Amino acid sequence: MSSVSAPTSTATPVVLPVSKAVMWLVGTAVLAFAVYYFIGVDQGAVSVFGKDMHIHEFVHDARHFLGFPCH
Amino acid sequence: MEKKLILRGIIVGAFAGLLAFVFARIFAEPQINKAIDYESGRDAAQAALDKAAGLPAAAADPDLFSRTVQADVGIGVGMVFFGMAMGALFAVAYAVCLGRVGNLRARNLALLVAGGGFLGIYLVPFLKYPANPPAIGHEDTIKDRTGLYLVMVVCSLAFLVGAAVLGRRLRSRFGNWNATLLAAGAFVVAIGVVMALLPELGHLAYNKENFGNHATETPLPLTDDKGRIVYPGFPADVLFSFRFYSVAAQLLLWAVIGLCFGPLAERLLAPRSAPAPSVGRAEPVGA
Repeated sequence: MSSVSAPTSTATPVVLPVSKAVMWLVGTAVLAFAVYYFIGVDQGAVSVFGKDMHIHEFVHDARHFLGFPCH
Repeated sequence: MEKKLILRGIIVGAFAGLLAFVFARIFAEPQINKAIDYESGRDAAQAALDKAAGLPAAAADPDLFSRTVQADVGIGVGMVFFGMAMGALFAVAYAVCLGRVGNLRARNLALLVAGGGFLGIYLVPFLKYPANPPAIGHEDTIKDRTGLYLVMVVCSLAFLVGAAVLGRRLRSRFGNWNATLLAAGAFVVAIGVVMALLPELGHLAYNKENFGNHATETPLPLTDDKGRIVYPGFPADVLFSFRFYSVAAQLLLWAVIGLCFGPLAERLLAPRSAPAPSVGRAEPVGA
């Protein structure tokens, strides 16, 4: 990993205090996984909108191409 | 700082998703159309067989969106939103890794985190359950297939994080290089065990009952009651091309995220007093 002998000053010295940033980091991760879920999974195996298939059919090609299981 | 990183991650992700969409529109859509043509032809052959056998015809699914909308707009929206979600996740992982994973420059860390995302979210699950074009995958096994796929995604992400932590722990005893190799080896063994334990999709109970003992759900030739082939199996070249382009698109997406985020993060993290580093992506990274 350290094949590039970078001087210390250019390395990433900033350590984010996770305790302070945790709301933003967790919130972003949750939202990102929600988008992941709606693009990849919803209206297939499980569905939050019941039998409606609009999201599934709309992103149908992307769902296949991104590697998600599809019908 | 974390807000700025997340915003940049989402913007870079959207751009990467847009490029992946252009790639998909050019390379993937022809293969998807061939797969759909195969599926339609097979359905027609099956309907003719059913009619000859006096079985009732299966009802066709209504098309909510035309193929044009799916192939030109739907896949674009899907890829861009996927890119934004992955860019956001990438930024979160990057923010957590900053200063905690050793003496790395901002750009190198960006490439490593992007590589981890490519491996953990896509490539390792793909090794067990590869992407399939339309026409492959039985509707009645979608629950099992989705569950198994997500198990692979969760395991590979968790093991990647575990391997990174393990590598840090072993560093003082074995040195950077050997610790990295040991952690990588531990990842391969752990995910290998999971892959060996999870079933092949063709071996799911429903598939064994209805289609016989095959490793995958890829359609085999359709035969009539006398065993004559009336419709061929799924074309192998279409399957290969689709999967190849699927890997290429994800590689493109994650490479663009890593390569574009690196310089942005570097500028953000550079001390204010230092002279502003030159912009431009062509600048050599190594010291």
